[in-house]
Amino acid sequence: MLKVEFDEERCKGCELCKAACPKGIIVMADHLNSMGFYPATVIDQDSCISCAFCARMCPDVVITVRREEKNHG
Amino acid sequence: MAKVLMKGNEALGEAAIRAGCRFFFGYPITPQSELPHYLAKRLPEVGGVFLQAESEVAAINMVYGAAGAGARVMTSSSSPGVSLKMEGISYIAGAELPCVIVNMQRGGPGLGSIQPGQADYFQAVKGGGHGDYRLLVLAPASIQEMVDLMGLAFALADKYRNPVMILGDGTLGQMMEPVEFPEMLDPEKLPQKPWAAQGAKGREPNIINSLYLNPLELEDHNLKLQAKYTQMAAEETRSESYYTDDADIVLVGYGSSARVCKAAVDQARQQGIKAGLFRPITLFPFPKAEIQAACRQAKAVLTVEMSMGQLVEDVRYNLEFRVPVHFYGRAGGMVPTTRAVVSKITELVQEGGRSA
Amino acid sequence: MITVFEKPKSLTPAKTHYCPGCTHGIIHRLVAEVIDELGVREETIGIAPVGCSVLAYNYFNVDMYEAAHGRAPAVATGIKRVHPDKVVFTYQGDGDLAAIGTAEIIHAAARGEKITTIFVNNAIYGMTGGQMAPTTLIGQTATTAPNGRDPEVQGYPIRMSEILATMPGAAYIARVSVHNPQEVAKAKKAIKTAFQVQLERKGFAMVEVLSSCPTNWGLTPLKALEWLKDNMIPYYPLGVQKAPEEVKA
Repeated sequence: MLKVEFDEERCKGCELCKAACPKGIIVMADHLNSMGFYPATVIDQDSCISCAFCARMCPDVVITVRREEKNHG
Repeated sequence: MAKVLMKGNEALGEAAIRAGCRFFFGYPITPQSELPHYLAKRLPEVGGVFLQAESEVAAINMVYGAAGAGARVMTSSSSPGVSLKMEGISYIAGAELPCVIVNMQRGGPGLGSIQPGQADYFQAVKGGGHGDYRLLVLAPASIQEMVDLMGLAFALADKYRNPVMILGDGTLGQMMEPVEFPEMLDPEKLPQKPWAAQGAKGREPNIINSLYLNPLELEDHNLKLQAKYTQMAAEETRSESYYTDDADIVLVGYGSSARVCKAAVDQARQQGIKAGLFRPITLFPFPKAEIQAACRQAKAVLTVEMSMGQLVEDVRYNLEFRVPVHFYGRAGGMVPTTRAVVSKITELVQEGGRSA
Repeated sequence: MITVFEKPKSLTPAKTHYCPGCTHGIIHRLVAEVIDELGVREETIGIAPVGCSVLAYNYFNVDMYEAAHGRAPAVATGIKRVHPDKVVFTYQGDGDLAAIGTAEIIHAAARGEKITTIFVNNAIYGMTGGQMAPTTLIGQTATTAPNGRDPEVQGYPIRMSEILATMPGAAYIARVSVHNPQEVAKAKKAIKTAFQVQLERKGFAMVEVLSSCPTNWGLTPLKALEWLKDNMIPYYPLGVQKAPEEVKA
């Protein structure tokens, strides 16, 4: 399961998520989606801190964000 | 049920309550204001809502909201106010919502006058606002008929999910006659409206809308609306024929004008002239078969209106120009007199040879 | 793995027609998240009048109305009077609320209608092609103010939140923005309060949300948010204009 998942077919390539990411790990893919946009994506999943700033700024509900469960003892 | 002497506007209000209407949104305008005055007192007594809006435009949109929420709802106004409601009425027809709209016509155009008139006929029966839609239009000619037609109006509005207009005039609104009211309908027992917007509990959301950006879909929607109007024409026409069986000359008039015509027919008959009256009660759908039957043997037809001539066009059209149709009208709030109509009858009969 | 962010139930799966980077999408989601969190999806009825958001009935997973331009507060009044126990909200643009619909919004507030209005202010007419709106700023260009808005000719932009805050019937009026994640969080809080004010039957509630229009401002989505911050916020200060006592905290 990915920490941050992009539904590429919903993305309009507006890049608001990219600007919002505090870790700077969002990049625009080099392939087009069916609407003709370069969708946003994250390669370096490990650096994602699941802050969901990207998802907050996304106008098209492209992004689902998950966090590892902290297993206490 | 005991008869009670009541003013037209107020009788309309009480009749709406008896029909299970619990919501009224309106705006003050002479000569219909006694209706909102009456409902401002009466609706709270039956747990209903009376609201005076900031304008007729707001009022008709409140009706749009309440109708879409599944309630029996009405508004009333007079000529200039009804003009302000035209966009809203087009939306209501487009979104297929039931409601009742009362127009107590007054002299026009513009600010016009506060005396009675019938110059909104075209507006009422040809839709009035933008787009191909029609209102089912009922034209009472007495206070009792106003009461009866109000009940019918709500029933037909729900049956066709279409706005229904009661087209009266200042005279009918202001005069008093004894009336009898039907039993009270309980709004809770009215048929359910599954299409209404009441909160999507356990179902997909309902959408109250008249926007169809896809032209094919909007064309189909228009065909669906037209089918309603065809069904109305087949099932809902109503009229009164008075002494038309042997009439050489048939008068045609609705509402207050028809009352004058009836008196004129009686007087003409006393003078040996075979006159009759055809009174459409539904102005849309126009009672075509009925007027053709009533005028079958007539040598002339005289349409009498409080306007410069609007109904007369539909009379000619529906009689398919098979008989000469003449017009006599007063405007600006003037009411035709019986004497004037009788002299018009004798004038036409002499022209066409004495009736045997 | 636990999910910390996903599509709210009160949004349909439909992809919106909004332009890339248009913050209508964020605002729709915030309203939907609030409806979910308050657990009122099945009790909510929304009204979206003419404007870019006229198609909102495809996006909100609740009973929806499409209303005539400017008339949503009147439509909402009719609904709320029929269903006083339902949650009723209008979602309106600036041309709709502050131009053709001025009378309706002022009188809904004056009557203290227990409805919630989401007022999206992007200082332009979007759907019809960039015309000047009542909230267009001085000097801001529009297709109907090609040389920039000139007060001598087109008067001054209208601050609706301040106007409505003077209405005794208005229980909660706030202006927020969505130009960065922190402001989005504040915007959501205000929207939630505006819905709660309705649930507690305190009166009329409105949240004015400053929003971008990349297409008609002629800016990239990101630059549009910067323009909003630098130009709109100074003229339309953020904050709570009016709130019931206990909400003021």
